[in-house]
Amino acid sequence: MNTTMNTTMNIENNSTQAWVVIFGATSAIAYEVAKIHAERGYRIALIGRSPEKIEVLAQDLRIRGSKDLKTFICDLNDNSAHQHVINSIFELGIIDRVLFAHGTLPNQKDIEDSVEATMQCIQDNALSTIRLLTLIAPKMVVQKRGLLAVISSVAGDRGRKSNYIYGASKGFLTRFCEGLRNRLLNDGVHVLTIKPGFVDTPMTAEFPKSGLWATPQKVGADITKAMDKKRNTIYTPWFWQFIMLIIQHIPEAIFKKLSL
Amino acid sequence: MDKADQTPAPSWGRYFKWHQPRQKLQWRHQISFPDLKVLPYGLGRSYGDSCLLQHGTLLDCSNLNRLIHFDKENGILTAEAGLSLRDILEFAVPKGWFLPVTPGSQFVTLGGAIANDVHGKNHHRAGNFGHHILEFTLLRSNGETLHCSRTENSEWFAATVGGLGLTGLIVSVTIKLKSIHSPWMDVTSIKYSNFDEFCALSDSYSKSHEYTVAWVDACATGHNLGRGIFLAAHHSEVGVHDDVKINKQPGFNLPFTFPNFALNAFTVRAFNTLYYARQQQRIVNQPQHYRNYFYPLDGIGQWNKMYGSRGFLQYQCVIPKENKEAMRSLIESVAHSKTGSFLTVLKEFGNIKSLGMMSFPRPGYTFALDFANQGQSTLRLLSRFDAIVSEAQGAVYPAKDARMSAQHFRQYFPKWQAWQKFIDPAFSSSFWQRMLE
Repeated sequence: MNTTMNTTMNIENNSTQAWVVIFGATSAIAYEVAKIHAERGYRIALIGRSPEKIEVLAQDLRIRGSKDLKTFICDLNDNSAHQHVINSIFELGIIDRVLFAHGTLPNQKDIEDSVEATMQCIQDNALSTIRLLTLIAPKMVVQKRGLLAVISSVAGDRGRKSNYIYGASKGFLTRFCEGLRNRLLNDGVHVLTIKPGFVDTPMTAEFPKSGLWATPQKVGADITKAMDKKRNTIYTPWFWQFIMLIIQHIPEAIFKKLSL
Repeated sequence: MDKADQTPAPSWGRYFKWHQPRQKLQWRHQISFPDLKVLPYGLGRSYGDSCLLQHGTLLDCSNLNRLIHFDKENGILTAEAGLSLRDILEFAVPKGWFLPVTPGSQFVTLGGAIANDVHGKNHHRAGNFGHHILEFTLLRSNGETLHCSRTENSEWFAATVGGLGLTGLIVSVTIKLKSIHSPWMDVTSIKYSNFDEFCALSDSYSKSHEYTVAWVDACATGHNLGRGIFLAAHHSEVGVHDDVKINKQPGFNLPFTFPNFALNAFTVRAFNTLYYARQQQRIVNQPQHYRNYFYPLDGIGQWNKMYGSRGFLQYQCVIPKENKEAMRSLIESVAHSKTGSFLTVLKEFGNIKSLGMMSFPRPGYTFALDFANQGQSTLRLLSRFDAIVSEAQGAVYPAKDARMSAQHFRQYFPKWQAWQKFIDPAFSSSFWQRMLE
């Protein structure tokens, strides 16, 4: 009973003082996470490329209860902008939670024969976030607290011909987070790796949808819960853990013949 | 036939089968219209084809769901038109505000609620949804944005409220919410034994209670004709009832479509009889959470799959009070039909004049029925209802319709010709195409 009370109170205290920072704030999943935090009263910093879109979200989140809301317009593909935006964010105060939600999902067939497009996919889905994490990690260590939540993907768990460039980028990110979590543990900083399955968002608008598809609302709620509980890695929705367990255990001799 | 063509088009009755292209709108400042004909689409809770457009594209607005402004002193909310009533309640109830009018599902968007000028159990007190809309913006396919209210572009306001989504795309909406003290409802259920008793209860409880409606055992005949449970309610003044179970958001989805024979004459009769018998005392007073009171079916996701792969047909009509005998013969036709209606609801609309040119609510008794689709026999039954309704100077609700004739539509909605001038040239719906045939 007492523990529950304490946890609740901690969330309350955090939510009124500390900041939650969201990279790629205009993504559908990020918006759902931001909504829940706004309702709890968190101060929120949104980072995205389009000022119009960011303003639409800022307006919404302020009304929903965010105590303070700052927006940073920044093209995260532009590496030279990273240091500046991170410095500005850490001037806000204590950063409690950071969510990395930016990324792209190119069509494998369109990019697989192009070095440039392949490198771009790796840049957008792995290197960009790794740069940000590398710049942010020491600042979190100084705070001695905080949580870094990184959206990776189930696609990163095994390479498949239908999606291996995106998958390899996310796999790179997953491995990087594993090591970072290990490194930051004793500094009181936690790293959460999020592996969504199929989510019905603008990024996946072109795909035909089956029963395996989840809503951004469900995924956003799962992510927030995992943040609250300081989980290490989550699959969302939960059943992907079992699907990926099977996929990872198919012997390569068989797997290489499959069309998944 | 392509496999996709046999899957139900996304309307709640699952009656129409065709491949229905949809395009999701994401940002309100980036709306562009494709070359094909379009129809705005929310959450697809219209039962028939008023939310569908065969050979065209639906503009899916469900992601246009952000809040734009909230005046917390006066409960005035401005939001994007794809925001659902559920999202509004989740936001507003903890702050002491409630929807001024709500239909029987909360999975309805603001835009959809305006386009069908929906009504609720408090029609006799509060009128339609449109009565509480202070303003909305309407985007026409030529790029023009119209700010519409009762005073500004008032003719567009009147054409769009109840305008079936055809006058343009509603982008943002300002609604006046109502103040409440508690998420709970004080509900009185009265078991009554025939239609005349319903009329008497409705007369007296409409004066004392904000919400009135009756569930009808549509299988009862003879001196029990029209018997049912009358529900009268108002918002509770008391804060909490920890002891009462709340129906959360869809606890589970119907995992599969029921076989077509699941709802047959026998099961429908058994359900109706049991439901009527469940309440033993004549009058029961109990607190109910607003979700259970207003949205009992929302607790079961995709309950529409219960009616089998052929889908189902809803029928809702209104008959003027002075033609009460026509309502009695309608109830009789239902009771004597082989299938029987699974869920049947009866309510008296009040005298508040609708604001929309094409709004459905008008003074009288309104009756809602649903029938598993059994092909021609179901359609013939509904045509018999039409004959009664049309003779009695009543009307049928387009939001629930899949089969009314153009001739009847024109009789039920005499302003259709004047209204037609407001239809956006790039907009259409399968319902409207049917009405033009």
